[in-house]
Amino acid sequence: MTIEKSAVAGTLESSDAMVTVEPSKNGIELELSSSVMNQYGRQIKAVVLETLDRLEVKNCKVTVVDKGALDCTIKARVECAVFRSCDKADKNIPWGGAVR
Amino acid sequence: MIPRPRPQRFRLRRTMMFMNAQKPGLIKDAYIYGCDSIMLDLEDAVAENQKDSARFSLYHALKTIDYGDTEVIVRINGLDTPHWQEDIRVCVAGGADGIRIAKCESAQDVKTVEAAVLEAEKEFGVEIGRTLLMAALESPKGILNAYEICSASDRMFGVAISGGDFRRCMQTKFQPDGVDMLAARGHMLVAARAAGIQCFDTVFTDLDNDEGFMAELMQNKAMGFDGKSLINPKQIRPVHELFAPTEKEVIWAKKVVAAYREQSAAGVGVFTVDGKMIDIAFIPGAERTLKLAKACGMDDGGLV
Amino acid sequence: MINAVGRNIPDYLLKDGKEVYQGKQYMDGKYIQKAAPRTVRYEKPVETKVVASIVDALKKCGAKSGMTFSFHHHLRNGDYVANMVMEAAIRELGLDNLTIAASSLGDANDPIADYIEEGKVVGIQTSGIRGRMGDVVSQGKLKTPAIIRSHGGRPRAIEAGEVHIDIAFIAAPTSDCQGNCRGIGGKSNCGSMGYAMTDAKYADKVVVVTDCLVDFPNYPASVEAIDVDAVVVVESIGNPKKIASAAARISKNPRDLMMAENVAKVIASTPYFKEGFSFQTGVGGPSLAANLFLEKFMDERQIKMGWAIGGICGPMVELLKKGKVGKVIDVQDFDLDAVNSINQTPNHFEMSASQYANPANKGAFVNSLDFVVLAALEIDTGFNVNVLTGSDGVLRGAPGGHPDTAAGSKCCIIVTPLIRGRMATVCKNVVTVTTPGDCVDVLVTDYGIAVNPLRPDLIKCLDDAGIPHVTIESLQEKAYSLVGTPDDLQWEDKVVAVLEARDGTILDVVRQIKPFKL
Repeated sequence: MTIEKSAVAGTLESSDAMVTVEPSKNGIELELSSSVMNQYGRQIKAVVLETLDRLEVKNCKVTVVDKGALDCTIKARVECAVFRSCDKADKNIPWGGAVR
Repeated sequence: MIPRPRPQRFRLRRTMMFMNAQKPGLIKDAYIYGCDSIMLDLEDAVAENQKDSARFSLYHALKTIDYGDTEVIVRINGLDTPHWQEDIRVCVAGGADGIRIAKCESAQDVKTVEAAVLEAEKEFGVEIGRTLLMAALESPKGILNAYEICSASDRMFGVAISGGDFRRCMQTKFQPDGVDMLAARGHMLVAARAAGIQCFDTVFTDLDNDEGFMAELMQNKAMGFDGKSLINPKQIRPVHELFAPTEKEVIWAKKVVAAYREQSAAGVGVFTVDGKMIDIAFIPGAERTLKLAKACGMDDGGLV
Repeated sequence: MINAVGRNIPDYLLKDGKEVYQGKQYMDGKYIQKAAPRTVRYEKPVETKVVASIVDALKKCGAKSGMTFSFHHHLRNGDYVANMVMEAAIRELGLDNLTIAASSLGDANDPIADYIEEGKVVGIQTSGIRGRMGDVVSQGKLKTPAIIRSHGGRPRAIEAGEVHIDIAFIAAPTSDCQGNCRGIGGKSNCGSMGYAMTDAKYADKVVVVTDCLVDFPNYPASVEAIDVDAVVVVESIGNPKKIASAAARISKNPRDLMMAENVAKVIASTPYFKEGFSFQTGVGGPSLAANLFLEKFMDERQIKMGWAIGGICGPMVELLKKGKVGKVIDVQDFDLDAVNSINQTPNHFEMSASQYANPANKGAFVNSLDFVVLAALEIDTGFNVNVLTGSDGVLRGAPGGHPDTAAGSKCCIIVTPLIRGRMATVCKNVVTVTTPGDCVDVLVTDYGIAVNPLRPDLIKCLDDAGIPHVTIESLQEKAYSLVGTPDDLQWEDKVVAVLEARDGTILDVVRQIKPFKL
């Protein structure tokens, strides 16, 4: 998928993460801050990159502000932000396909 | 991925607790409080501009979180909204045990949802017929059509009344004695029993009014409801305690079931227990008592 | 050297007879030589000990660079006194090379972080360390490692002369002109002054700082005039709103309540739950809520609590007033209900930190305690508890009375949710051991109960009562299955804090955390 405009998903509540995606031409640029950075920073980074990879996003500036979200929440927020950026979040989501 | 067992159409459903499907902190382990079913909500709890986000959150929760024996139902948006089709797709793809149809008014509503569920089961390779349905009756029309709704599909396991919307339609307010909804509750119960499905009462929203909650529960039990929708974990225990059978009922049920097994093995159809005449018609009731007893942590004598 | 909880203690810390932790009650029966202070005689009657300012008091007491000043934390997050004293000493008198020996330090003491960064404060000895002070110490900016002690370990160290207090500063809600202090009757009341008592007896000089001078004699006194050199009257010793909260309310959080009820069930299943039992609970959500459920079980069995100690707040005072507790004795009060009750409600008394928890006297209250219910930041599969360092390795907590009550009580129950956000509370290895696992008996979480295998008697109690329980390993595995296995923290070699066990041996050290890079 191609990030066409900036989009946000998620909140700054505890156990959630706020994910912002913006168009970019320089591959994937990740900016991550987390309340559990020392212990889970690497895992969060891996989940974000894997999720973008599954969605075939090649170029994207992605900002994650994590408040202790579980991996399943981080995935959900990244996916939603990407689909929103393409105006495709409302229907015909490939559940079990690129979203899994 | 957590594989969930095939949902049972008829099981114990004393408590169904609503949870906003969009709140990760809530849905990650709602099962720890011991409710029979959790109701992940895509409808009223989720803001209009977050419906999409809630579905992503729901999908991964369903796929990742081990809810164990707790049944997982999803309340989808009404058929008059642009959301319900995608709601059904995500429920089926994620493997929810059942779908609660909001604002259901006719058998046709159930059939419409059923068709979409069937299509989604085919699309996602889910066993045909796996996904159960229940309907929420929220309007006078829904109540009047209760029987056709209850009997509209083999997937239907139950029907629930939704007090907020119903009272608005009826131009009434909550009454402590339940007179505002007495006719509707009664009618729905009769319809559900006639169709052979379960029947659930509405939520009680005043969390500080313990007495009022207990009064409503006692009325629910007296009227014959199977269970109740809840909005807070603290409401679970009172329901389970009140809906638990008495020790006397359990002893009686044990005797009936044991005697029935013994007698039917010997080819006898009608017999007496403690001087009362018993036949096969008593057995489902006695077995239900024992199941309830087991779920409540009482001794079931190994007969369930 | 590896100690009894498996922590590697650098050999250079093991000098002057310092030993590593070797298990609970290792020091039992050994002798100590108490260190007496060198104090001035006031044989000639003086009209008043009131001096004009903190600077004058410092001068009168011969304050100079290199000294150790002590403070107590009854004013909690509302405390102004420690900051005022340090500012006067450093900014006005130009002193440096100072050591602070406090019973605890909190967010209210953030300004002192500046003096650490400037190198004016070179030593910290405390139970709690949080906020900016926790940050700068964790960053290795304090010249010597901070020494962290429990509330019982502190008076032990003072009495043994391991901490020599040159000047003790007593923050007093009321005092008379001779220095008789009480925690009530003024405008910044804190109730008990238990942590200050040992300081007053063992410091060379004692300065009382009050914002409410009352007629002589201010009696019965918590700190007595016979130990006081000077009294300073200031505008305000603290912010009353942050000293004592309005009333500690019992949590409505269903998760807390569920855990609290299970705590009460565990308590009721043991043989110690009988007429006259003794009890202490923390003030965290589920710990405090345990009071509520315990009362139900007491009513059911028709028994009463003999006595309670603590850290006291409203719910316990309520039980006392209802006649369900014989006596309440406390070192500290957490809310206005408790502040307004101590020494007022019959059978509500004050005690010193030494009476409360000191392992080196002839029997502190904790030694007679049946039950204690405590929280934890982390607990590992060896039942070791951490209440000091956060998941990022930064100092942000306090052992307080945790290790003392755990060690002394017959049944120590830790109550905590299995995970907090993405933090696994039940983990493989706690960041820092503050309470050793051999002192912890039962863990109650929202996902199940685990009993320390060292206590087969308690396992039998739970089994007999039909209370389900699992291994702590299974809880830890459940936690990791939810949040993922955490990466190990990355540390520098430098030790920033030494954690003393209550008996004075070294339980653990906290090293400087490496800056995290993705």
